[in-house]
Amino acid sequence: MATLTKERRPQTRRSGSGRDRGVRRAKRAAIGRQIKHNWQLYVMLILPVAYMIVFHYWPMYGVQIAFRNFNPIDGISASPWVGLQHFERFINAYQFWPLIENTVFLHVYELVVRFPLPIILALALNHVRVRWFRASVQMITYAPHFISTVVVVGILFLLLDPRTGLLNNLMSLVGIEGVNFMGDPGMFRHVYVWSSAWQSMGFSAIIYLAALSSVPQELHEAAVVDGATKLQRMWHIDLPSIMPIAVILLILDIGSILSVGFEKVLLMQTPLNMGTAEVIDTYVYKVGIASQVPQISYAAAIGLFRAVIGLVLLVIANQIARRLAKTSLW
Amino acid sequence: MTTVTAVKEPKQDKAFNVVNYFVLTIFLLVVLYPLVFIISASISSPIAVSSGEVWLWPVDITFNGYQAVIEYRTIVSGFLNSLFYAGVGTIINVTLTLLAAYPLARRDLYGRNVLMFFFAFTMLFGGGLIPTYLVVKDLGLLDTRWALILPTAMGVWNMIITRTFYQVTIPNELHEAARLDGCDDFNFFWRVVVPLSKPIIAVNALLYAVGHWNQFFNALIYLTDQTLFPLQLVLREIVIQNRIDPGAMVDASELARRQELRDLLKYCLIVIALIPPLIAYPFVQKHFVKGIMIGSLKG
Repeated sequence: MATLTKERRPQTRRSGSGRDRGVRRAKRAAIGRQIKHNWQLYVMLILPVAYMIVFHYWPMYGVQIAFRNFNPIDGISASPWVGLQHFERFINAYQFWPLIENTVFLHVYELVVRFPLPIILALALNHVRVRWFRASVQMITYAPHFISTVVVVGILFLLLDPRTGLLNNLMSLVGIEGVNFMGDPGMFRHVYVWSSAWQSMGFSAIIYLAALSSVPQELHEAAVVDGATKLQRMWHIDLPSIMPIAVILLILDIGSILSVGFEKVLLMQTPLNMGTAEVIDTYVYKVGIASQVPQISYAAAIGLFRAVIGLVLLVIANQIARRLAKTSLW
Repeated sequence: MTTVTAVKEPKQDKAFNVVNYFVLTIFLLVVLYPLVFIISASISSPIAVSSGEVWLWPVDITFNGYQAVIEYRTIVSGFLNSLFYAGVGTIINVTLTLLAAYPLARRDLYGRNVLMFFFAFTMLFGGGLIPTYLVVKDLGLLDTRWALILPTAMGVWNMIITRTFYQVTIPNELHEAARLDGCDDFNFFWRVVVPLSKPIIAVNALLYAVGHWNQFFNALIYLTDQTLFPLQLVLREIVIQNRIDPGAMVDASELARRQELRDLLKYCLIVIALIPPLIAYPFVQKHFVKGIMIGSLKG
């Protein structure tokens, strides 16, 4: 059903401008009546809105400490302004380039690995007709999504242990020398990315499967009549039909390029792999919260720096997608 | 698919099927194997595990590890704490989500677009780690159980999925009919909408409960009191940081005598943390796929 306001608006616009004020008053009265009529809906919204204000908008107000020298006694609004001092300090810090490199490299690598796998899984599943097989593959591949990061990293530490881990035991059986996966900066990225793929591919495939299920059956039937093989149908019917969703997910991923799965990185860090394992978010955590002398403002500035670049990337990715794929977030 | 099969399959399709099933089997095994191994290792003798004799099925079955887990005080309290956070947190989460989703699904809500933007905006922008930490600190929530419940009291993503669910499943006529019968919005919500929401409540409850169960980072930054620690934080200390406190063991001498039990304890602890979400999700799975699909496609 069309809404009350939407039905009325065109009528009021059509009426003469001489009666403008009266019309506006009538409209305002109509809105007032509508709000009064639905007051209970607004009451329901009070708690959720209060939550959003306190835990989402209040922190946004607190972002200004990135431009101040925060001290707990004065609080957020009374601490002195220092402008861009903290940002300059970060850009000139010797950790700056390694941090950027680690963060960007890790995420781009993850994107390249994680993006195609769910698509392959979904396309393959879509052509399975044996019900129980399809159901069990689906159920088992998305189970890891429900496993906590701590458990996944715990499993990694146990399986990859240089002394007692399964992988090194298997490798020594075939005569390959053991590798200390979790203590090797060269291995960190591979372990991180492939374990993330292990954890997420089944779940990410759900959305693609949903898209595939809405492909009209007639398309496939027509293709079969024309003698198309399954592979051709997959390529010419299934793949194009999930492209719009794939593009949107890709844009979102690029937008979060600097905020790689931060908890997991933090958990996987060991003193030995820090060379590649320190990313912007873990650095913010260490400088701002975990340190003996927390540098709150400096850490907030680094966090803001990351967020702004992430947003710029999101906008750029969206523009490119709109040009090339005719799909975009907004 | 029945109509498609009626036409005779080309030869290449047979090859395609073989490859297809092969690929899927690989996916299946890759995901399943580590889990099976962890469970097997947790009930095998520690010596067999470290010497590489266990690779699929358990060898020399023993339940010593689980016994050690039960006797480890921090683990037990962590488990109970996690149950508390998941239980209370999920109730709050689901309540707030429904309260926000239903009004926003109503087309006659004035200011609906503005309100939607108010919620969705936070998906793109946020204060970030430090300002959020300061808010929690200013509210005096540090080192209280609320610190793990209130800051994540509602997920906007879940709310949007729920709202879409309402738009699709609750026809406006239903509301109009109830209105004519003298039913106000509160009554309609409580007596009609909530009972019709079972699938979406199941989906939300599962997602939120798993989220709470798996959460560790908020506990890491907001809590210092060991008695409040959720299981994941305990897990991190024992499995990842290798910090096993003999004092927390009821029978410490027993453990000290057998160093290997350390590793066994880790495997068992992982299995214990794994079990609740894995048990929960097959039950809501049928709702789950449906709910997610409705929410994500039309949203």
